[in-house]
Amino acid sequence: MSETIARPVSPPASPAPPRPPTKLTLRQRLSIADVKIAPWLYISPFFILFAITGLFPLLFTAYVSLFDWELLDETGTFIGLENYTELFGDAQFWNSLVNTISIFLLSSIPQVIIAVLLAALLNTNLRASTGWRVGVLLPYVASLVAVGIIFGNLFGVQFGLVNNTLEILGLDPVNWQNDRFASHVAIAMMVNWRWTGYNTLIVLAAMQAIPRDLIEAAVMDGAGAARRFFSVVLPLLRPTLIFVVITSTIGGLQIFTEPKLFSELPGSSNGGAQNQFQTVTLYLYQSGFQFQDLGYASAIAWMLFLVIIIFAIANFLLTRRLAASGEADR
Amino acid sequence: MTALTVPDRRAPVRRGRRGFGDQRARFWVYGLLIAFLLGSAFPIYWSFLVASRDSGMLTEQIPPLLPGGNFFANASRVFDTVPFWKALGNSVIVGGVVTLTTVFFSTLAGFAFAKLRFRGRNGLFLFVVATLAVPTQLGIIPLYIAMSDFGWTGTLWAVMVPNLVTAVGVFWMRQYTAQVLPYELIEAARVDGCSMIRVYWHVCLPAVRPAAAFLAMFVFMTSWNDFMWPLIVLNAENPTVQVALEKLQSGYYVDYSLVLAGTTLATIPILIILILLGRQIVAGIMHGAVKG
Repeated sequence: MSETIARPVSPPASPAPPRPPTKLTLRQRLSIADVKIAPWLYISPFFILFAITGLFPLLFTAYVSLFDWELLDETGTFIGLENYTELFGDAQFWNSLVNTISIFLLSSIPQVIIAVLLAALLNTNLRASTGWRVGVLLPYVASLVAVGIIFGNLFGVQFGLVNNTLEILGLDPVNWQNDRFASHVAIAMMVNWRWTGYNTLIVLAAMQAIPRDLIEAAVMDGAGAARRFFSVVLPLLRPTLIFVVITSTIGGLQIFTEPKLFSELPGSSNGGAQNQFQTVTLYLYQSGFQFQDLGYASAIAWMLFLVIIIFAIANFLLTRRLAASGEADR
Repeated sequence: MTALTVPDRRAPVRRGRRGFGDQRARFWVYGLLIAFLLGSAFPIYWSFLVASRDSGMLTEQIPPLLPGGNFFANASRVFDTVPFWKALGNSVIVGGVVTLTTVFFSTLAGFAFAKLRFRGRNGLFLFVVATLAVPTQLGIIPLYIAMSDFGWTGTLWAVMVPNLVTAVGVFWMRQYTAQVLPYELIEAARVDGCSMIRVYWHVCLPAVRPAAAFLAMFVFMTSWNDFMWPLIVLNAENPTVQVALEKLQSGYYVDYSLVLAGTTLATIPILIILILLGRQIVAGIMHGAVKG
């Protein structure tokens, strides 16, 4: 029976000693068949469904991108790489790429810093610690659409609460819609608001996994709180921080809902009058489902896929370098 | 351990006063945390505030900070403006089906990957991990073409079918199953004559229940909040909650007390889940983090 189960320690099953040929009963045969087939049966739903709804669409996107394919067409007309050449000369595409990266940087960097600081606060000996942790997670449950609408209202140019407050404080109101950088800041605020608590919990988990004796050794050596934090805790958090950065890269480069709902003209996918906060995914949506050009939208999808891969590889290389320098430190 | 940190607290040992993880938190720690929580709660409170008054409050220089009595009036206008009951029902159906299938397929595959041996197991699992990084959202164009070929656009099938299982679910359940399910239990069940599927049902599922419950909450919340794909394949007559919210907002003139009544209504179910199951959700996220 131990043959059926993948015990890491058990010896490989193949060189079994030659047995005298015994006649198996039907029940035994069924049992053996069960053991042989079961794993395949159990993993097949995932692979079949993924092949149909994940892998095939991704590959077929490349195919569609070679066609002039309108939304309601049965099939398109083959035009080769024309969609791509058009895309490379399309200022709106490059604009949306810059917007995406700008919003991504504005959202991920402050988020990681605040998450680490907040995790340090939560890692002190608090009363009702679970209550605080649940509280930190509160924004995470708000739906993206709700967040987009609420922040669109708070950052309203004319009657928004943020501008009202700025005026009361005697500062100039900011044009959160039309100023390109300000609109990126406002959208990044939504992302930060929603995700900081979630990432805080991940960092907190890593902090709690740090062995106490390391901290105590640092105390014995006379290291102050700040020194302990920067020289002991932070280096040990590195893998977790990189994990957080990579997941927020994959999500952040596909940002769609926030800029779509932030727009002053509800329902529009322009991302502002001058496309000042249109992201790549928003442009993809607009090209495919408003301009009804599925071929062009597919080309955008593939370019975005490449950008995400490039960022992921850059992150991976960075990880390795940081990990290597971490080794050297010790 | 305490003996070590006690002198650190009051004796003049250097500058460091705050301990790391063992000392009682000081008042300013609570102060900062309260400030952060207020900031976190404020936008949600604000939407309830506007929803409970009328849009006129937005034009006032200093808006009132206590709720008024118009919430139910505004909420009922939401139900008149968009098919909100239908949207709620649709979101519950989609979330329920997607959660059930994802948890079932993920625990099944997780069990096989963690505890059964078959050729190519490691390679196939590596493939699952790799698909974690693939943004499947980018396949929406062909997916849309397929859905309209099947005649599914405008129906819930189009929303449910692409989300029946996720790589995250399989990965998460594989990690957890490998950790908690002892081989002895499986062997004992096999010796007692259990078929594989009964081993899964009577031995594996009870053992992985906490992780499966977390996965269920996570999938349901993700499905509830999903927006882009439902927006593409559904229409205003048969929306999910998020699509209905967007339709509510995209009129020519935005009546914010109406729209924000809608966002409040859409947030309440998830808020209830957080209040009831917050402890488990937090534990699940932190547990997954250490593994990740």
